[in-house]
Amino acid sequence: MTDTVLIDVQELSRYFGNHCAVNNVSFTVNKGEVVGFLGPNGAGKTTTMKMLTGNLAPSTGSVTIAGHDLLDDPRAAKSAIGYLPEQPPLYRELTVNEYLDFCAALNRIPRDQRLAAREAAKEKCGLTKVADRLIANLSKGYQQRVGIAQAIIHMPPVVILDEPTVGLDPIQIREIRLLIRELGKEHSVILSTHILPEVQATCDRVQIINEGQLVLHDSIDGLEHHLQSASLTVAFNKEAPLSELEGIKGIKKVEPQREGRLRLFYEPDQNPVDEIVRRSAENGWGLCELRPGRVSLEEIFLQLTTEDKADDEEAA
Amino acid sequence: MIFTIAARELRSLFLSPLAWIILAVMTLVFGIVFDISLSAFKQSPVPDGATAAVVPGLYELAMVLLFFIVPMITMRLFSEERRNQSLPLLFSAPVSMTEIVLGKYLGVVAYLMIMVVTLTLMPISMELGTSIDVGLLFANIIGMVLLLGSFTAIGLFMSTLTQVPALAAILAFGALFLLWLLKLPAYWFGENAVSYLSIASHYENFLKGVFSSADVVYYIVVIVLFLAFSVRRLEADRLGG
Repeated sequence: MTDTVLIDVQELSRYFGNHCAVNNVSFTVNKGEVVGFLGPNGAGKTTTMKMLTGNLAPSTGSVTIAGHDLLDDPRAAKSAIGYLPEQPPLYRELTVNEYLDFCAALNRIPRDQRLAAREAAKEKCGLTKVADRLIANLSKGYQQRVGIAQAIIHMPPVVILDEPTVGLDPIQIREIRLLIRELGKEHSVILSTHILPEVQATCDRVQIINEGQLVLHDSIDGLEHHLQSASLTVAFNKEAPLSELEGIKGIKKVEPQREGRLRLFYEPDQNPVDEIVRRSAENGWGLCELRPGRVSLEEIFLQLTTEDKADDEEAA
Repeated sequence: MIFTIAARELRSLFLSPLAWIILAVMTLVFGIVFDISLSAFKQSPVPDGATAAVVPGLYELAMVLLFFIVPMITMRLFSEERRNQSLPLLFSAPVSMTEIVLGKYLGVVAYLMIMVVTLTLMPISMELGTSIDVGLLFANIIGMVLLLGSFTAIGLFMSTLTQVPALAAILAFGALFLLWLLKLPAYWFGENAVSYLSIASHYENFLKGVFSSADVVYYIVVIVLFLAFSVRRLEADRLGG
């Protein structure tokens, strides 16, 4: 993984009338990264992606793709992008081959390389078997794949996928995720979704957007760290004295849960596991379960997106 | 790049039955009218010759039919892509808005040229029995091509306005009809500025065999104007969302 910045977004905003759909968003994506773009419905994911691909002009701010400014030099910038919108942009009356040939020409692939490009894209997306069928007659999953094939046919450095796994069956979802991981090796990928496990399964980095603002920007590893810290789930065979547990250094709060389990929240830098095990052995509490509590991505997501709302309400 | 888009447009046209049926019906109607006017000429020849007796009538009929046909061909250009949400494919490809508009425009013009060729084959076939007035025929052909070009530009613009193809067709038909109506005041007030703007009055010169550069300029202005409007309209889409 190199540190070449392929997507550089600076202070991007977009207004629809008075409504601010995207508010001052800045981020960069390096070569070979898969970035998950998360957010509730209407958070501004699609608007941001449309601006990244030149389908929507930003109200303010700049987008630089592979060193080319999207507004000053749209042709060079756009040839570095492959874009799959929410609804795959297909010509239903064409066959898969005809459609991909058109896309190859549209993306200015030299004539003698078009056939190879088409075959490679079909191969990657598993479309070889349906190459001569009309797009209109394909299932939703295959249409989605044709959409992805269209986005990668010219091997762009940047691939932008808007909810690529919507409407697919679980097997197809797995395949598409594998494909995205595969793409991430050679391309930079931005992927929007509101399916959280998808992000954990495919992305290197996560960005959460809410009400047009970027509320979290972290690597998956950083996020994992975030997720693991600060809680433990324990269970004892005998009644453990709550007060004594609360007295252990570093423990902030003890919260009883189902089936006699206890959830312990502690200061991030003072892990009390050793102390709990020692006391349990000394006092015979009968420790029978001990695992690091994980806040799910869902919880972080909810926390971030609702916190914001609360702040807004206070401000209003 | 323009030609890639034009070729795709033409191919998609021929993948729908509409294009074939329109071609077939037009050829049939032209054929019947051609046959009737040729028979009429045989029974009572006029001094101007066969070309003058047959060709202007045929091309004038073509204009009337094209009022209805061009909107049906142009209606899907942008409105259907909008409805299918396939425009992002073109917008995120390294092509300019002007190239997109010109590509689609030329695709439809190429289709309509096929119609002009089949239409023109009929008067050319008269060469078998008599000699044709090449100048008159050429004036008619050029007039028809320019007329088609402006009809298509107007229809294309109308299809950028809506996502409903039928609405685009009605708008285009309405616009063409209004432009034609402008010549009516001439019947009461003589030639004036308003009737000069009519899309039909310029065509009449070509029908008579008069090739005037003012008429050519008129049609070119109409074409350029409506294509520029279309580009502006699509740019506004990007700006306004």
